[in-house]
Amino acid sequence: MEIVKLDDLAKNIRKDIITVSYLHKVPHLGSCLSIVDILTVLYFKYLNISSDNLNSENRDRFILSKGHAVPALYQVLKAKSILTSDELKDYGSDGSYFAEHPPASGIDGIEAATGSLGHGLPIGLGISLSLDIKELDAKTVVLLGDGECNEGSVWEAAMMASSNKTKNLIAIIDFNKWQATDRSKEVLSLDPLSDKWESFGWEVYECDGNDTKSLIKVLDKIFNSDEKKPKVLIAHTVKGKGISFMEDDNNWHYRTPNKEEYENAMLEMEID
Amino acid sequence: MRKIFAEKLTELAEKNRHVVLLSGDIGNKMFDDFKEVAPNRFFNCGIAEANMIGVSAGLALNGFRPFVYTIAPFATVRCLEQIRVDLCYHNLPVVIVGTGSGLSYAELGPTHQMLEDISLLRSFPNMTIVCPCDPRETDLVISQSFNRNSPMYIRLGKKGEPVLHNNDFEIGKSITIREGYDICLITTGTMLKNVLDIAETLGKVGIKAHIEHFHTVKPIDKESLTKIFNNFKVVATIEEHSLIGGLGSIVSEVYVDGDFEKIKILRFGTDDKYLSKTGSKEYMLKAYGLDYDDIVKQVEGVFK
Repeated sequence: MEIVKLDDLAKNIRKDIITVSYLHKVPHLGSCLSIVDILTVLYFKYLNISSDNLNSENRDRFILSKGHAVPALYQVLKAKSILTSDELKDYGSDGSYFAEHPPASGIDGIEAATGSLGHGLPIGLGISLSLDIKELDAKTVVLLGDGECNEGSVWEAAMMASSNKTKNLIAIIDFNKWQATDRSKEVLSLDPLSDKWESFGWEVYECDGNDTKSLIKVLDKIFNSDEKKPKVLIAHTVKGKGISFMEDDNNWHYRTPNKEEYENAMLEMEID
Repeated sequence: MRKIFAEKLTELAEKNRHVVLLSGDIGNKMFDDFKEVAPNRFFNCGIAEANMIGVSAGLALNGFRPFVYTIAPFATVRCLEQIRVDLCYHNLPVVIVGTGSGLSYAELGPTHQMLEDISLLRSFPNMTIVCPCDPRETDLVISQSFNRNSPMYIRLGKKGEPVLHNNDFEIGKSITIREGYDICLITTGTMLKNVLDIAETLGKVGIKAHIEHFHTVKPIDKESLTKIFNNFKVVATIEEHSLIGGLGSIVSEVYVDGDFEKIKILRFGTDDKYLSKTGSKEYMLKAYGLDYDDIVKQVEGVFK
């Protein structure tokens, strides 16, 4: 898909995410908006995942390890026709599967329940190892937050992936420089993030995670690499990306827009 | 018990391409045969138990039957939240095998003793907990674990345990080990061996003890407990586990929830404490409050 079309898609997905956040008071808006471009490019250009192959062994797997950003994934799955608008009408009502973190069952396209941080990479590693045993070449992509890299289990998995040379395991770090209460590099020493991954034996890539062109350039390399190592993409992003008054403002980790803010956000998206 | 586990799993791995073994950097040489039979299905996950559980979940999500093996406290409470979310919430057929449970590793101190695992794990939905009493039951529970499609915890002793009985074994069904009518001694796991001694001693003072072995503590065999509550005036639970939340608690819960005549239930288990002092298993059992002379004395007291 062309860059212009991907950007258009991403814009519509952002609108849907903000609308849901406004209507149903769904938090983590900043965390959702920072990953929209990554998800859009992955689902519409790289991942072999569609409504036809959800049970096929050879499909690619995507795990949103930063589960609190699942409102973004729900909208991407809708854009991908894996979920229907009709199913999503349930959102925010009692008995709905569309929780603020992805559930273990009930929603097509969700490979694993996450929400407690530091779980997605070990699970993704297990899936990737299972595909290696079966000699299938499918990719397993796990999207983590930078704050999530606080969790020790992330680094346990990083070491095991490296010793097992899981070449089809791809971690993407949504490096938006914030976690819930402060700058991620200040809460726990995160820097130098790429050196950390490299020293753990991973093949490291970096890009602007909010720029479609930059993402495509680097994902082309990652998806075609012959290197017998797990791969990590450190995607530099902006929390709240796309809405001027939300960008890099960590209040939008928990806040949801009021009527005026919602209208202003929608207006900005129209003008862009 | 752990030797039988390794042998049985090797045998099963040869027949079933979906058997995967994950070990937390223990069992040196014990798994050599497994590695020979299924080199690409053995993973030494290192000393990183949280990751090991997550990896087992990923393997199970893609159709494998993972067995996760390490020392009981590291197989369970070290990675408790991963067991809760990755295995129990997803309801995946992963078998956790904890070796050295209870006071099997008494000499190693409280870091390696495991007296709270049943209590913690049984509160997780979908979890099955089996405590085999001997190598034969270990063999059978490993085979029968394939009949289930949900997470299971198998609580093992260590090595050299004698075979205690030859009765039929089925996950979820208690086993009558000894018939008697004065008191029903209820136990689980390797503690059965000690309970056989206690029953012998009680016999000498004229108390005929029945022994019922509940290898499966979750789901508990309610039918069997119902019979016991209807047929015995005195019941005693004896377990190598904390009195908080273990077999004694389970039995009491079933009693309270049912509609039974008043009976006497004595609960024997370890005290609510950690001990820095160490010693042999026999010494530590006493130190934690599981003193056989005391158990016999208390039971006798009920009949005086």
